[in-house]
Formats: sequence, structure tokens, C-alpha cells
Amino acid sequence: MVNPMDRILLSGNEAVALGAFEAGVKVGAGYPGTPSTEILESLASYPGVYCEWSSNEKVALDVAIGAAYAGRRALAVMKHVGLNVAADSLFYAAYTGLGGGGLTIIVADDPGMHSSQNEQDTRHYARFAQVPMVEPSDSAEARDLVAQAFAISEQFDVPVLVRMSTRVSHSRAVVKVRGPAVAPGKRRPALADPLPVSDPHSRSAGDALTALTANPGKYVMVPGNARGRHPVVRERLADLGRWAESCGLNRVEPGGRALGVVTSGIAYQYARQVLPEASFLKLGMVWPLPAGLLRRFAAQVDRLLVVEELDPFLEENLRLLGLTTEGKRWFPAIGELSPAAVRRGAVQAGVLGEEPPEPVPLPSLPARPPVLCPGCGHRPIFYALRRLGAVVFGDIGCYTLGAMPPLSALHTCGCMGSGLGNLHGVAKAMEGSDGNGKAAAVTRGRPAAVIGDSTFYHAGLPALANLVYNGGGGLVIVADNSTTAMTGHQDHPGTGRTLAGEAAPRLDPAEAARGLGVKRVATVDPFAVDEFLAVARAFLTAGEPAVIVARHPCVLQSRSRRPPVRVLAERCNGCGLCLRLGCPPLSPDGDGVLLDSDLCTGCGLCVAICPRQALIAVTDGEGDSLHA
Amino acid sequence: MRDLNFMLAGVGGQGIILAGDILAEVGLRAGADVKKSEVHGMAQRGGGVTSQVRWGQRVYSPLAEPGRIDILIGFEVLEAVRNAHYLRQGGLAVVNRYRLAPPAVTAGEAAYPDEGDVEREFAARGADLRWMCPPSGRERLAVGVQLLGLVSALDPLREAFPPEAWLDALDRLIPPAHRELNRQAFQRGRAAGADVVPAREEG
Repeated sequence: MVNPMDRILLSGNEAVALGAFEAGVKVGAGYPGTPSTEILESLASYPGVYCEWSSNEKVALDVAIGAAYAGRRALAVMKHVGLNVAADSLFYAAYTGLGGGGLTIIVADDPGMHSSQNEQDTRHYARFAQVPMVEPSDSAEARDLVAQAFAISEQFDVPVLVRMSTRVSHSRAVVKVRGPAVAPGKRRPALADPLPVSDPHSRSAGDALTALTANPGKYVMVPGNARGRHPVVRERLADLGRWAESCGLNRVEPGGRALGVVTSGIAYQYARQVLPEASFLKLGMVWPLPAGLLRRFAAQVDRLLVVEELDPFLEENLRLLGLTTEGKRWFPAIGELSPAAVRRGAVQAGVLGEEPPEPVPLPSLPARPPVLCPGCGHRPIFYALRRLGAVVFGDIGCYTLGAMPPLSALHTCGCMGSGLGNLHGVAKAMEGSDGNGKAAAVTRGRPAAVIGDSTFYHAGLPALANLVYNGGGGLVIVADNSTTAMTGHQDHPGTGRTLAGEAAPRLDPAEAARGLGVKRVATVDPFAVDEFLAVARAFLTAGEPAVIVARHPCVLQSRSRRPPVRVLAERCNGCGLCLRLGCPPLSPDGDGVLLDSDLCTGCGLCVAICPRQALIAVTDGEGDSLHA
Repeated sequence: MRDLNFMLAGVGGQGIILAGDILAEVGLRAGADVKKSEVHGMAQRGGGVTSQVRWGQRVYSPLAEPGRIDILIGFEVLEAVRNAHYLRQGGLAVVNRYRLAPPAVTAGEAAYPDEGDVEREFAARGADLRWMCPPSGRERLAVGVQLLGLVSALDPLREAFPPEAWLDALDRLIPPAHRELNRQAFQRGRAAGADVVPAREEG
């Protein structure tokens, strides 16, 4: 039985997955990263699609390129900074093309840095690599544009970028599908009937690969061949520019003549809401730009504004076309755009009348930054490193929160894997100077790196190989909670499970370190506080590469909870040592401490460090009143 | 259906995404265009989290502007008052009377706003503030659904949406194992809301 079209709510990410599935995608690969993570999780739940968490974005893109080389449709998924990692692969794929397979690369920007170390505008990569980019502005468009992206990829023999942003990825909006609803706990529509999957490829993978082997000039990018491909890349972009004029992805929404707005992505939604009288040129394809369409639109309006999020990408390119336009003069280039920011800009630009003052929040409310969870296995790592006085080079993950006061025990965070290289450079810079002058046992001021288990496989391995090869020293701690926690618990090479939930070989960071030639390697549960301190002290001062795998499962995934810790007020002298753990259940209470037993997981770290035994662990048998 | 903007504010881990999903589903089933914004990632680790749900004839932006939210649903007192400026004049605020000290308060560097300040802040914005008695134990897991139950019993939703509309959305979105807990939470909230309505009408 065929169900009627039904309206359901999908996040932008779920809509991308639906669009890719409907387009007959065969292979999806990516690395988790907010705000892109749910795309592959959703796609993996559809039948007939192979999806994997690759060890990093570059590997993911190479995997997807391979699948496209084999004549299939392939999807690579990453966040904006992931494309930095994968950029090398984007550029060669732009030269080789895919030979008939379809390659769509989803890149999710994070304006406002909800969960990122910077805000990059990925549109520059489209221009940089000379490949097309489409940009949806809501879930329904995301689903449609992904299908379009595959068609463009195959028609023009080119990888196609799809720019998502946090607010499109993580907003739910109406999408029409066949099938009743999203099943509880699922990230995709429940398919009452199989969707009509259009497999556009009658050619077998074998035929695709035969064609590939017959064409080294196109696929072997040695200088002599690449020189022949660069003109193809240029001509292809010019062809795409002509195609963009009438492709239907860019649409004019006529309104008043006084004001014309050129916009794309989520900025379109904000501008449409705030400027109901204006005419709009809404770009679904943001590179290459339809020069003729833009010129005609500009000629039809008295004043031309560009409303776009982050950089003045469209604005500058409109100027290169000789058009007079204003954009970043009125609308911010920093941070996430919002309807309020568009309204402020529009009022300043004089295209909207004065408004009553915008309501502002109550000043001086205490901030609520993210913190390590109660019971988190990263907390005892940073407790130990702070006691030892180490200078800690950090990385990207939940453990970055070790930088937050009161722990304040992580001192840099750059990008995935950067901490290990930083550590090596610092150690080399210290050689022969202050490092050597130090008594062997002094730990204060010595450098260490902390990297998560998923990050270790992502970018830590090459840096550790480098450290060993080049005679480096210093302590590397792999904060191993056996998951990719920050992005919502995705699997990785160390979890023993694949994205599809199947059993997989479980790699061990300790074995990897030994394999790379590290002599001092130990695996310690950081909640064994004294043991962990002793090993960290010895390794920090060893003067040779040393790796501790600090293994404790993520508390959010762990099923075993112990009863909350009990405070014996008569023993507490208010020294505040436990409060310096930054554990949410503990707060000062006059001369003592208060423990919120609803939040406490009974991990026992505070019990272990309290010098007066004023905090005591409760075993399961006792204290019935404590966990009613 | 009239256009309605909701905002949910609380702390990562309190179930804000699910409560917003239910709210969005109720609007969708009533025939509205719906958009909803969420926060994922780092902020979820105990940080302040908000979500907005917008029902309307045609909804463009998933975000409403400050001063244009009709109903603010506060999961925690500080996070509710932090977002009070999103409420329109005369809007409704339903706030779980639960306080969770952020790190600066725990460290003794800042004060948690007292209830008088919170009430004055909402009053200054002409808002109708309703406190909800915070659930404890296992019932905390369904605090968001309890808040929805309370909101469902108040204007402007009381007449337009019978409990079945909410319970239907809840059943669609919550796996069977957790349904009963959430259904009970909804009814608890709804009953509390039903109690306060006559009191307000008298006053």
C-alpha cells in the first residue's frame, strides 16, 4: 500500500541523510564533528547504504572518492574544520574528477562557535578548489539539494560541496515524505514502503575501474598529467557558471523595487522574516555564481543588499561583477547571524524604520559554561597534572574542559592532534636550557600532552611517530573513555564497534604506542589516584617518550552508578580541596561543603583526596535513604 | 492557528531537545508550519542550553527575536531568567523551581539570583510567571514533559489542545520503555496547571 505524502519534522542533518538515501548513495564516510555528526548516524540506519566512521576526515574523503571512482554515489561528511584536514583530498579530486560516479561532500559550518575552535566560512573552499557549492536554508532544501549535488557531480565530473551551518543542521523543519512518522528513537523516517531508490548507475564497478585504469592522464596526478587537468578544472567551472544561470537552484522572489536582497542559506530565512517588503535573489548554488542573473536582479531594484553569514563572500564577488552593493557595512561578519542582527543592520542601513529598543538580558548573571560531568574520568587526570604542575598541551574533545577553572590544568587547545606536536616542539626548545637544569625529580613546569582516544586515532598517531623518530621526550596521556564523547558517543577504532553497530577489531592505544617505539607505556585507571600520580610523576621526568593510557569509560555511557558520597560535616574543616575538582555536585556551604546527592555519581574522587575523611563512599548495601 | 513562539531554557542533560520535539510535533499535527532550533555538542556538557519552537502559517527563521517569544519554559531558574528578555510583553513563563549552581557560584565568585530578583525581572517585562514544583528522584528524568503538562493547562493552549493531542505526540516520540513515566509526568504537570487557572481567574 502506498501512503500519501506526509509532513514530518526532520533536522537538516536528517534531511541530508534522507536526500542522500533517495539519491541512491552507496557509501557514506565521515568523522564526527558538531554540527555534522547526525548525518551519518541517520544515513547508517537506511537499508543498502554502507556507512563508516573513518579515523579522520581526510581518510573519509579518500574513501568517498574511491567509491565514486568505482562508479557509485558517495557521500563524505564533516564539520568545517574537518575540511581543513581533508583539503588535500578535495584538491586532487577536483583535478581528477570522478569519472561518472557521484561525490557529494557535506561540510557543516559553525558560526558563533557553539562547539568549535574557530568560525570558518567554507564557501572559500569552493572558490579555492574551483568546485561547485550548494547551500540549503532549511531541511526540505537540504534533502533536495543533496540529490541535486549528485546530479551536478556526475554531469560535470566534479566533487560538489554542500555547505550546512549549525542552524540548518540543528533546526527541525517540515519535510514531505512517504511514510507515517519518525519512529521513536530513530533518526530517520519510518519507511512504510521502500522508497524508489534511483540507482543512476547501470555501469558495474568493474567497468568504472576499467575506464579508470585506461586513463592515467586523468587519475595519476604527477606534474605532467596535472598540468593537463588544470585547464579542464578552469573550463569546467566556466561551464558550471553558465549552467548556474538557469539551473533552477537560484530563484528570484519578487517584492518591492526599493530593496533587493541577495542571500543564501540560513541568512535567507532571517532576511525573509525581517524584510517582508524586499525582493529576493535566493542563491541555492553559491559557487560559481550566476553573473547574468545577478546583474539582471541588480538592475531591477533601487538598492542592493547582501545578507550573508560570516565572511563577505557574495558581497565581494558581486563587487567583482561591478555591482554596487552593501553588506558587511551593516551586517556582522563575526558570530552567528540572527533575525535580531539582521533587523539591527536593516535599521542602520535605513531600509527599516526605527524600532523600539531591543530587549536585553539582565546584566551580571553568572555564566554557565560547559563543565566535565560528575563522575567523568577526565577529572582525576587533570587533578593529577595540576598537582604535578605540568604544562599541558591539549586537544579537541570533552577533556578540553580541563582548562576551565577551578581545574585550570590544560593550557592550550588548537586543533585535532596539535597537542602532541606542540609537546615535542616545546621539549626541543627546552633542551639544553631550563629543562636540563632541573633536578630530575622536579615535575613543575614540565610539558605533557593530553589527547582523547578518538583524537589519538584521528591525528595523534603521526605526531607520536614523529616524537619517537625525532628523539623527543615528554608525557603523552591518552584520555581513553572508549568513545567519541563530545559529539555524542560515536564509535572509533578503539571501541570495538562500527557505525553500523557491528563488532570490529578493537585497537589499543597502548599497543599502538609500543608499536611506534615508545618504551614507557602504562594503562592506568585515573580514579586509582595514587597509582596514577606515581606513574605520571615518573613518566613526566623520564626524559624519553612516555605514554599513559588513562582508561575509564565515559560516565554518560557507563551503566554502573554507585550511591552518592556522604559528607560528614563534623570532620570537614572547609579546606576547599574537593571544591577545586570543579565537580558540579560540590558547593561551598558556610565553613563546609554541600553535596547534591541527585547529581553525585559516587565516583569517589573527592573521597580519595579529602585529607580529613570528611567525604565517605557509601556502598550499595547502606544508606537506603540516600537513593530513594 | 495563531502564530506561537516557544523557548525552552535549561541546562544540558535536562531533556530540552525531547520536550521541544514534542512541542513541535503538537504544532505539526495541528496543521501549522513548524521550525525548531536545538543546541548540540559541547554546550550539552552541563552548559546553558536553549531551544526554540515556532508555530505559524509560514515560518521562515527557526529563531525568534528577543521580545517575541510567547511562552518561555524554564527548566532551571537561572537559565529561565537569563532568557527572560526573549519574552514579549505579557508573555507566559513557566519555570521549574530548581536551582543548579554554575561554577562561578560554586566557587563563591558570584551569587545565584534570588527568587525576588527573578520575579521582579519577569514582572518588569509584563510576564505572567508560573512556578512549577520541581520533581525529584526518577521523575526528574521527565521534568520537560511535566513542564509541558503545566503549559498545556494554561492559556493560550488550554482550549485549543486537549490532553490527547499532547499524549499522542508523546507516544510518537518516546520509546515504549519510557512512555509511562512521561505520561504520568504530563498528567502531573497538567493537574498542577489546572489548579492554578481558577486562582488566576479569581485574582
